[in-house]
Amino acid sequence: MHEFDWSSIPNALPFLWDGMKISLEITVTAVIFGIVWGTLLALMRLSSIKPLSWFAAGYVNLFRAIPLVMVLLWFFLIVPHLLESLFGLPRGSDMRLSSAIAGFALFEAAYYSEIIRAGIQSVPKGQMAAASALGMTYGQSMRLVVLPQAFRNMVPLLLTQGIILFQDTSLVYVSALADFFGAAYKVGDRDGRLVELLLFAGAVYFVICFTASRIVRYYQNKLKTA
Amino acid sequence: MAYNWNWGVFLQPTATGGDETYLGWMFYGFKMTIALSLSAWLIALAVGAVVGVLRTVPNKWLSGFATAYVEVFRNIPLLVQLFLWYFVIPELLPEKVGNAFKQTNPILQQFLASMVCLALFTSARVAEQVRSGINSLPPGQKNAGLAMGFTLPQTYRYVMLPMAVRLIVPPLTSEFLNIFKNSAVCSTIGLLELAAQGRQLVDYTAQPYESFIAVTIAYLLINVVVMFGMRWVEGHVRVPGYIGGK
Amino acid sequence: MISMNKVSKQYGSFHVLTDCTTQVQKGEVIVVCGPSGSGKSTLIKCVNGLEPFQSGEIIVNGVSVGDPRTNLSKLRSTVGMVFQNFELFPHMSIIDNLGIAQTKVLGRSQEQAREKGFKLLDRVGLREQAEKYPGQLSGGQQQRVAIARALAMDPICMLFDEPTSALDPEMVNEVLDVMTELAQEGMTMMCVTHEMGFAKRVASRVIFMDQGRIVEDDSKEAFFEHARSERAQQFLAKILHH
Repeated sequence: MHEFDWSSIPNALPFLWDGMKISLEITVTAVIFGIVWGTLLALMRLSSIKPLSWFAAGYVNLFRAIPLVMVLLWFFLIVPHLLESLFGLPRGSDMRLSSAIAGFALFEAAYYSEIIRAGIQSVPKGQMAAASALGMTYGQSMRLVVLPQAFRNMVPLLLTQGIILFQDTSLVYVSALADFFGAAYKVGDRDGRLVELLLFAGAVYFVICFTASRIVRYYQNKLKTA
Repeated sequence: MAYNWNWGVFLQPTATGGDETYLGWMFYGFKMTIALSLSAWLIALAVGAVVGVLRTVPNKWLSGFATAYVEVFRNIPLLVQLFLWYFVIPELLPEKVGNAFKQTNPILQQFLASMVCLALFTSARVAEQVRSGINSLPPGQKNAGLAMGFTLPQTYRYVMLPMAVRLIVPPLTSEFLNIFKNSAVCSTIGLLELAAQGRQLVDYTAQPYESFIAVTIAYLLINVVVMFGMRWVEGHVRVPGYIGGK
Repeated sequence: MISMNKVSKQYGSFHVLTDCTTQVQKGEVIVVCGPSGSGKSTLIKCVNGLEPFQSGEIIVNGVSVGDPRTNLSKLRSTVGMVFQNFELFPHMSIIDNLGIAQTKVLGRSQEQAREKGFKLLDRVGLREQAEKYPGQLSGGQQQRVAIARALAMDPICMLFDEPTSALDPEMVNEVLDVMTELAQEGMTMMCVTHEMGFAKRVASRVIFMDQGRIVEDDSKEAFFEHARSERAQQFLAKILHH
């Protein structure tokens, strides 16, 4: 049986916290960009201009069909080279964090756009008609009438997707970027205490995600009864 | 941009010698992805169905256990779960079992850890679908079954589950697609599935674009095949005259 | 046949049923009516144990429903029940809906079950629909199938829980006709319904409930001509105005 020794964790806490900050930074930035880009994609998808709607459908289906790991590998191994050769950047500049954020944002936008599209479609058609009847343009009706209602219903789903994204940030491990999980792995590997550090990391993720999903559910129930 | 496209690279013999080609590597990875995902999917369906049913039964202990099961597997990242199965669980098992595991063929070790990890991770999601399928049935159905003299297990068996299973085919399709995509995570413990082979090709051939495009297309292909397969299933279980589920 | 003695049920501090006592003899047709939320559906569901109750006693054909040692499934297989929303099993054809409990609960053979099923479909006038699915039938047809499904178990009595209230008006009569015929053949029935015409035609007695209590329990003549309680008079005035 394994003999546990948790002593390497207290000293490593500052390093682990640095990792957590990276995880959170990636999550928050990707959520914001994902929602903005996802909203645009959803609007394109629903628009009557065919090429826009085809582009959005193609984009969403493509990103939803390939594994996140593949997307991240594209962004770590290929996109930086592409940018270097396109813009003549110095070779070997460290773009891991920014490419991670870009990869996540573009990937998650596909998922966000599906949530947002469903949200927009869940607003009764009469609302759009009523807004137009008041003389609003399509853009005004969307912005002032439809989207606010849609977002209100979507908030729990968007937040849940954010929790999933937070869990997925651990996959930046493939680029050896020291996010929380990467940091935990490094410490465990260095001290020969991989078992303890992995269990610790699992417990931390569980506590954060479980608490966050409870809060989302609480909010969701409040929304339902309101 | 000075990049030399060379699609012929797949037919070249690999740099490790022998008469294998890079295409052979890709194909090996493809087979590994399929084998891993399908075996994990079967386990996930079986376990998920049981856990999902338990979540709805009128027994606090059973439904509490099922809820805890789902929460644990849903709130820990897949990558962390994989590392726990691969690096941690063998250490925590009784010494004999742990050592037996560590002495088996390393590829088998990677495969087993990956399969168990994907299966249980997905089973929690399947369980949620099964539960919501059962809960979306009209509440009178359960009473109708009971009123005809069925026991509770019989009511599940003949009345609720056959209908719930039909309702959840569409959401299960996306879980089925997910398990193929999630299997790419297993490249991190060295399992040579599709994504790992793609990465290896980049290292060996210096033709990153071709390699990644080929792997990406392979995933798209899996996606399309699964979607058509599930649509076929959906058509075959459709209940005449029954529109939607909700 | 059915005897209830001081049956009470509550959710927390809310009393759904209070001291309900009544008797149903073999061959009687009892109509249970009352305003919504008066507990009539709950009362009828207590008879076959679909709703548990905290105190009192219900005896059906000599078997105590509340007794934890009672095999409820066995009891329920002898008591037919018809629901407001039909509750046919949507994934099975009509004939399979009639057959499933016959084979799995009563242990009849497939052929016996089908034969019995066809006979009953004939009786409710739906034999041609046997291979269709519930979703392909109208509400009235579905409810007639549901009655046939309950009869297929050769029940000793039948419970009806608002069998016509989910139906479009033009389909109410086809269901009531089947029920009337059943009553005239001597089936013991307990019906929760607002169909006062049906009550006047076939009921032996009428039970009127309000706020979880049995307020009136009398012959139909007595009930319709001089209901004693004010609540029942108001209820009748409202419902008969239509």
